[in-house]
Amino acid sequence: MRTILIVARKEIQEGLRNRWVLATTLLLAALALTLTFLGSAPTGNVGAGALDVVIVSLSSLTIFLVPLIALLISHDAIVGEMERGTMLLLLSYPVGRWQVIFGKFAGHLAILAFATLLGYGASAAVLAATGVSIDAATWSAFLSMILSSVMLGAVFIAIGYLVSALVAERGTAGGIAIGIWLFFVLIYDMALLGILVVDQGRTVTGDMLNVLLLLNPADAYRLLNLGSGSVGSLSGMGGIAANAALSPAMLIAALAAWALAPLAAATLVFSRREL
Amino acid sequence: MAETVCIDGVTKSYGGVAAVRDVSFTLREGETIALVGHNGAGKTTLIKLMLGLIRPGAGTVSVLGDNPAAGEFAARKRLGYLPENVSFNMALTGRETLAFYARLKRARSGDVPGLLDRVGLTAAADRRVGAYSKGMRQRLGLAQALLGDPKVLLLDEPTTGLDPALRRSFYGIIDELRAKGATVLLSSHALTELEGKADRVIILNRGVKIADGTIEELRGIARLSTRIRIRLADCEPGRVEDWMKRTGGWRRVNGHMLEIDAAPEEKIMLLRGATAIDAPVADLDIIPPTLDELYAHFLGGQETIQ
Repeated sequence: MRTILIVARKEIQEGLRNRWVLATTLLLAALALTLTFLGSAPTGNVGAGALDVVIVSLSSLTIFLVPLIALLISHDAIVGEMERGTMLLLLSYPVGRWQVIFGKFAGHLAILAFATLLGYGASAAVLAATGVSIDAATWSAFLSMILSSVMLGAVFIAIGYLVSALVAERGTAGGIAIGIWLFFVLIYDMALLGILVVDQGRTVTGDMLNVLLLLNPADAYRLLNLGSGSVGSLSGMGGIAANAALSPAMLIAALAAWALAPLAAATLVFSRREL
Repeated sequence: MAETVCIDGVTKSYGGVAAVRDVSFTLREGETIALVGHNGAGKTTLIKLMLGLIRPGAGTVSVLGDNPAAGEFAARKRLGYLPENVSFNMALTGRETLAFYARLKRARSGDVPGLLDRVGLTAAADRRVGAYSKGMRQRLGLAQALLGDPKVLLLDEPTTGLDPALRRSFYGIIDELRAKGATVLLSSHALTELEGKADRVIILNRGVKIADGTIEELRGIARLSTRIRIRLADCEPGRVEDWMKRTGGWRRVNGHMLEIDAAPEEKIMLLRGATAIDAPVADLDIIPPTLDELYAHFLGGQETIQ
């Protein structure tokens, strides 16, 4: 455990030094604040609460941005260190390869969690400071949005490690990472929508749709944050969510599985790898 | 002396090409061993096998009681390794880098300033490693290998990039460690540099161990001849020719120099002859076979066997 923390600490130290932490936090905060101010203009004083609007816009932003940031940090983690030759030295130390992966995971996740919490937290703080009244349910939805955003980041960090452990060159890892991002964030939903339209409910049943939605971590995240309560009616996802019959617990479990499975696979591949 | 590293019948191939073939040797406490061979002879492969970075195709490796191929790594706390081309994260300072490795090895963090001082990096300790020269990185590499009072040191071409003064202090450090009972394995592509530094030499060629022993033992096996060269004294014409005929085997180098290649057992006889009262000799040099010749002998022998 101590070894994992030592590796994680070094990862954070490097992140601070090469400005990853700063850049990510500033980017997320800037976008979140922009959406907060732009988003509260059209709603005016009626209808949805201001923070509900922010949750909808930030969740939509997260689906694009957080996986991208996560893959950017993680795709280089193993193959990059191998190419630079630092992995050779690290593995000559009393460190297991699984400890290297888990330590890096802890470090990268901490960086992402810090950036998300600070960046998104800033927008909530601004709203609260301007005297908007926010009820408890909305606060809890906001909190769960932040936590699930971090989970979504964890999923794509783990996927990035798996790619990084599999390939021989950094460039390949980068290319595959972008492909994975495009697939899960854009192509999958478009394809799914296309199939649903063509199929007209003949072969794709509700249960099948549930499974198909759980097979994409980005969709699980979307349903979790956009599907329920006052946010649901606002996002237009309420309809799907009501039919999907997927409880938040199931969606969280799906996200957790999506993080742990690639992480385990990355550990397995990396421990068998020769360098 | 207790065994620290044991390599037994190890073979390792990369894509059908054998990098190391059926190599066996044992390293003991307090020994300094030179692992010598051309580039691509299998030196780095053997070191990687000892570290568990790669797994042997056949045979077993044991390092301080661990089996590195099975992923055992407890003994690496007492192991120091310096890779051939050492590299570090460019963003951290020398001190931060060394402190990180010290934590990983559970070494005292108080050792860090001392080690930095020992390799002459104190002044540069708080600069980024990215700004270091190659020699400075090599020194930082050496410092990290010395963390935690290692019992086994694996140094892959350790002196490349070190200036002569540092090279001397490097060998000073190695001597200290040897006195403390550490096993030090130095790999090199030239034997000459390791003269007087290594107790034992292992020569590799194309992945096969072709010689293993002290330099004296290897000299004995190789039976290389010693070259004796004499400068002739001024004397009446004909006397030199006369003497040469009597002793036999001498060749003329030029008008006033003669030389001969003496096999080990005839060396003394030849010297007696050359230092006799009647010999027309003004001066005499004995040139023992160099380590390079010794090395070339073993490599050449290997070539003819194949």
